[in-house]
Amino acid sequence: MILTKPHALTEAKTSFCPGCTHGIVHRLVAEVIDEMGIEGETVGICPVGCSVVSYDYFACDMIEAAHGRAPAVATGVKRSHPDKFVFTYQGDGDLAAIGTCETVHSATRGENITIIFINNTIYGMTGGQMAPTTLPGQVTQTTPYGRDPLVAGYPVRVCEMLSTLMGTAYAERVSVDTPARVRAAKKAIRKGFEIQKNKQGFSIIEVLSTCPTNWGMTPDQALERVRTEMIPYYPLGVYKDITTQEKGDA
Amino acid sequence: MANNKTERVLMKGNEALAEAAIRCGCQCYFGYPITPQSEIAAYMSKHMPKEGRVFLQAESEIAAINMVYGAAASGVRAMTSSSSPGVSLKSEGISYLAGSDLPCLIVNVMRGGPGLGGIQPAQSDYYLATKAGGHGDFSMLVFAPSSVQEMADYAVKAFDEADKWRMPAMILTDGLLGQMMEPVTFKDSYSTPIEKPWACVGHDNKREHNIINSLYLKPQELEDSNIARYKRYELIKEQLPEAETFMTEDADIIVTGYGACARISRNAVIAARAEGIKAGLIRPITLWPFPNKVYREAANTAKAFLDVELSMGQMVDDVRLATECTRPVKFYGRTGGIIPTPNDIFEQIKALAKEVL
Amino acid sequence: MTSEIQLAGFGGQGILFAGKVLAYCGMYSGREVSWLPSYGPEMRGGTCNCSVILSDDKIGSPVVQNPSVLIAMNQPSFAKFISDVVSGGTVLADSSLIDVQTDRTDITVYSVPATDMAKESGLTGGANIILLGKLIKETGFISMEDIEGALRKIIPPKKAQLIENNMKAIQLGYDY
Repeated sequence: MILTKPHALTEAKTSFCPGCTHGIVHRLVAEVIDEMGIEGETVGICPVGCSVVSYDYFACDMIEAAHGRAPAVATGVKRSHPDKFVFTYQGDGDLAAIGTCETVHSATRGENITIIFINNTIYGMTGGQMAPTTLPGQVTQTTPYGRDPLVAGYPVRVCEMLSTLMGTAYAERVSVDTPARVRAAKKAIRKGFEIQKNKQGFSIIEVLSTCPTNWGMTPDQALERVRTEMIPYYPLGVYKDITTQEKGDA
Repeated sequence: MANNKTERVLMKGNEALAEAAIRCGCQCYFGYPITPQSEIAAYMSKHMPKEGRVFLQAESEIAAINMVYGAAASGVRAMTSSSSPGVSLKSEGISYLAGSDLPCLIVNVMRGGPGLGGIQPAQSDYYLATKAGGHGDFSMLVFAPSSVQEMADYAVKAFDEADKWRMPAMILTDGLLGQMMEPVTFKDSYSTPIEKPWACVGHDNKREHNIINSLYLKPQELEDSNIARYKRYELIKEQLPEAETFMTEDADIIVTGYGACARISRNAVIAARAEGIKAGLIRPITLWPFPNKVYREAANTAKAFLDVELSMGQMVDDVRLATECTRPVKFYGRTGGIIPTPNDIFEQIKALAKEVL
Repeated sequence: MTSEIQLAGFGGQGILFAGKVLAYCGMYSGREVSWLPSYGPEMRGGTCNCSVILSDDKIGSPVVQNPSVLIAMNQPSFAKFISDVVSGGTVLADSSLIDVQTDRTDITVYSVPATDMAKESGLTGGANIILLGKLIKETGFISMEDIEGALRKIIPPKKAQLIENNMKAIQLGYDY
C-alpha cells in the first residue's frame, strides 16, 4: 500500500510542533472528506489557537473565526447553505473557555454541524497556560504550583456536558495515542459527518491530543501521559448517539 | 407587510427598515433582544420564514455578529440589529468583518449610555460607529437616516454599498426614528445581490479553495492588506459622501445635526428665518465617509455653525475638521434620552447670532 | 396647516391605538403624518402617551411639546399636559376618570364620560374611540369617512366585528 496525502489537505507544510497530534487529526478529517467525496461542498471553520492557520492546510473552502466563535460562524454558513457540509476545528481554550456559550447553544439548537474538538489540556499557541481542561495538579505557565481546583476551578468535561442537551445528536471522545485508537477516531469523525449528511443535528468528536512542547515531554512521554493521566479523567467512548438510541427505542 | 408594492403605508422606522432589507434580498437575520430595536427582530421573525429565509435569535450579541460573519463569508446578504450596549459587544465581530472584507448590515438604534445607560433615544455612539467600531485600522460605511422612508431607503443603499466595497455598513439611528411611524412607500423592485466569487460555499472541485481570513502573520503582508483597504477607503471618500442642505445658500448661521436632531433643527431654522435670522441646515446622511466638502463650501459664506446632537459632543469634532476651524462651531447637545425642542435650538441660534452677527 | 395631538393615559387604555387611527386618517387624507409613542419598561398599567402630527408640510420634530389637541384619559396625564396646550387649543378629557378642572380660559375643554359611556353600551375598552368621535365633531379636522377608512385599514377583515364596534363608539362620541 502506498500512503499518499489526502486530496483534502493542501501541499502546505504544517507549523505544528514535532510529536503534536494535530497533524494526525487533520489527516483523519481530510481522509473522511475524501472518502465521502465532499471536499467541493464542505466549508471548514478555523479557531484561534494552534490550528489558527488550518485554512492553509485544508483544501476545502475555509473561514477563519474569532476566538471561540467558530460555532456561531458555522451556524451562519450552515443556515444560509443547509446542504453544504460545515465543520469547525477547535481547541480546548477556544471551545470550552471563551467559546463555551457558542458551543453550548449551537449544540442545544441541534445545529447540523460537526465539531472536531482538540483537547490537549493546555493553551498551546500562547505558550502553555492553563486551559479549561487542564487537569487538577497540572503545572502550566499560569498554574506554576499545579492547578488547584479550589483556586482555578475544575476541568470541564465537554462530551459529558453536551450529551445532556437535546440538540446533540452525537458526542464521542476518542484518542490518537495508538494505531487502533487512530482508526477508531477516524470512524468517529466519519460518523459525525454522516450524521450531518443525514441532517440529524449537532455532532462533536473530542480528540485527546498531545502538546509535547508545552508539557515539557518527548512525543513518547506525551502519548504515555494521554494514557495514564488524561484518559482516566476523560474516559473514551460514545456519550451520545441518537442513531443507536433510535434503534434501541424501536 | 405591505401587500401592494407601491402603496403608501404607515410603519415604524424599525419595521420599515426590516421590510426594505427583506425586499432587497437579505437572506439571514441574526439578533438578540434589546430595547429600542426589538421591532426589527420581531418583524424579521414574522416575515423571514415566510420568504424561506433565515431568522435566528442568537444566544448573545457576540454570537449574532459572528453568525452574520459566517453568512456573509458564504456570500449571502446578512444583517443584525441592536442598540448601543449590544453594539459594544458586536465590536469584535465588526473588526473581523472589516478585516476579512465582508459586506453586511449592522443596525444600531441608539439609546443613552455609557454602561447600561437608558432606553430613550440618544446619539452617543457616533464615535463607536465612525471612529472605533473595534480594534485595528478600519472603517465601516455609516448611514444616518432621518425619516421612516429613509430608514427603508438607506437599508437598501447600505446593503448595496457594502457589497460594492466589500465592507460592513451600519445604519446609525436612534430610538426616536426606530419607534416613530410615518408613511413609507416601497419600490416595485430593489437591487439584487451581486456575484461574490470570493465566498466560501464549497469549491465544487472547480476552483482553488477560498479563504476568508483576517490573520497575516507576516508584518509586510498585514501592512499591504491595510494599505490596499485604505486605498479603497479613499475612493469611497470621493464617491459616497452625502448630505442634505436646507436654506444654506445665504445662511449666516448653519445648524447641523443628523437623524432625529436634523428634523428638530429644521423646525428651528424655519423659526429663525421667520424672525429674520438667516439660518440654514446641513444634514449629513453619510457619517462615514463624512461629507466634508459641503461644510467646507458653507464655511465660505456662513459666519458660524451650530452642531446639535443627542450626545455630549461627538460629531462636532468632524464639523470642526471639515470647516478647518475657519468659523466658530458651537455645540448644543442633550443626553439621557432628553430630546431638545425646536425652541431650545432656536434659542441657541439666537444666542449665536447675537455673538457673531 | 399642522395639528399636533397629544394622547395620554394609562397603558392598556388604547392610547397608542387611538393615535394610530388618527395617523392613518391623516395619511389617507393625503397629509404628512407622524406617530411617536412613549416607550419604556411599563407594558401595562403605567403611564403611556403618544404624539401625533398631521400636517400639510414636511414634519420636522415628531415630538409634540405644545399640543393643539390633548386627549387625556387619566388624572395624572390631564394634570401633566394641560399646561402645555397651546392657547386656543382643544382638550378632550375622559370625565369618568378625571376631575376636569383647570383655571385656563384660553383653551376649550370638553368633558366626555367616555369610560362610563363605553361600559353602558357594551363597548368596554372603547373609551379612546369615543373621544375620537367627539374630536371629529368639535374640530372637524378629520372626517367621518377618513376615520372609517382608517379603521378598515388597521383592523384585519377577519375581525370585522371590531370595525362595527369602533364605528359605534365614534358615533357615540360624535353625538355626545
